Amino acid sequence: MSYTKRNDGRKFDETREIKAEVGVIKNADGSAKFQIGKTIAIAAVYGPRNLYPKFLQNPEKGMLRCNYNMLSFSVDERIRPGPSRRSKEISLVTERALSPAVDLSTFTNAVVDVFVEIIQADAGTRCAGICAASMALADAGIPMRDLVAAVSVGKVGDKLVVDLNKLEEDYEGGATDVPIAVLPRNGEISLLQMDGEMEVKEIKEALEIGKKACEKIAEIQRKALKEKYKGD
Amino acid sequence: MGKLLVKNKDLVVPGEVLVEGMDYVPGSGVFREGEMIVANSVGLVSVDNRLVKLIPLTGFYAPKKNDTVIGKVANINFNGWMIDIGHSNFAMLSLKEATNEYIDKKADLSKYYDFGDVVVAKIISTTKDGTSDLTMKGPGLNKLVNGRVIEVASTKVPRIIGKQGSMITIIKTKTNCKVVVGQNGKVWIQSENPEEERKAIDIIRFIEKESVKEGLTEKVEKLLK
Repeated sequence: MSYTKRNDGRKFDETREIKAEVGVIKNADGSAKFQIGKTIAIAAVYGPRNLYPKFLQNPEKGMLRCNYNMLSFSVDERIRPGPSRRSKEISLVTERALSPAVDLSTFTNAVVDVFVEIIQADAGTRCAGICAASMALADAGIPMRDLVAAVSVGKVGDKLVVDLNKLEEDYEGGATDVPIAVLPRNGEISLLQMDGEMEVKEIKEALEIGKKACEKIAEIQRKALKEKYKGD
Repeated sequence: MGKLLVKNKDLVVPGEVLVEGMDYVPGSGVFREGEMIVANSVGLVSVDNRLVKLIPLTGFYAPKKNDTVIGKVANINFNGWMIDIGHSNFAMLSLKEATNEYIDKKADLSKYYDFGDVVVAKIISTTKDGTSDLTMKGPGLNKLVNGRVIEVASTKVPRIIGKQGSMITIIKTKTNCKVVVGQNGKVWIQSENPEEERKAIDIIRFIEKESVKEGLTEKVEKLLK
């Protein structure tokens, strides 16, 4: 089966419309909202703060603790609130995607908590969450090597596409979803997962278009951050 | 030949390349990667001869030696007090550094500083693992009674104090309040008159909001007239 035209009329290497905003949660040390198409993620950063239980403290480097949560009304059919196997996995990959960008040596013995809440989901939530979280970390003033931009690439039918939406993910001709996170300055990849089947050649190609999309996303992130501090 | 990619006072975000080449020296808020100098937080670029650094616009307080800080007694040990100075680790105020008077070994330490007491102290040393030691021997270092403590971003403290303390002097004289500013972003305000206290807080919040704008001292003077 051939996938000749995307269901929302986008080009194959075009992301959905992106909106980013920094400083959405007043009581957090740093916060951000990231919207890509119908997927909306908000992230809040607290800390560095005291880390307990004490045996987790490390005098050489701090700890980054991420928590991903999908709100019960974020999807078509209500999901049970609270932690799940899926959210636990995504919390972990978010943490690992952000860790290479954060300078952990500046807050030894302490922890920085990152909370990612998905308030509306239409595929690509972990990528939106990572984008929001990296902006929130920068807003909180945690020293970072780079921002982290993330996007999902994949194969729908026989076409390589960027930023799949829910309809494409559920495409009956078969769809593969590859979420990636990139440190845009040097193109380091900090998240790479795959759900589905793809050939090695295709993955390489998908990564290239994913990186290009991430560069554009990073530009939007930078703009959003500057927007908040410009007024100062 | 090194190339400066940004101008003085430019707003940059983490990961932005400021300099290419080895002709410039990285200061605070930036780091060197290969031959580049890169920003590590949100801030304004400051280029002084060959030194490139960032004036941070956001961030947490990191204790530095000789900083005067305001803290709250969080815990009392047998050998001193643990002070919460708004950092992830408590700072240690040892018996020796607490007062000029002699403290007997068996004395009840809460007689000197009790839980919840607010003190002004100076940081005498910090270690890499995040702990720091305080002293209360010195002018202006004492327990603060009455008044209230408000929190501001520690990155805005230099603006609240002003050049050679110009801003803080204006606030003190125009509002008749006693004000102590800690480098950790805690500000203690005390006045006989609650109205004046309110006024001082409003002004400090105003400075915090408008901290990067030019001519702040004049604006504050106008507001206080």
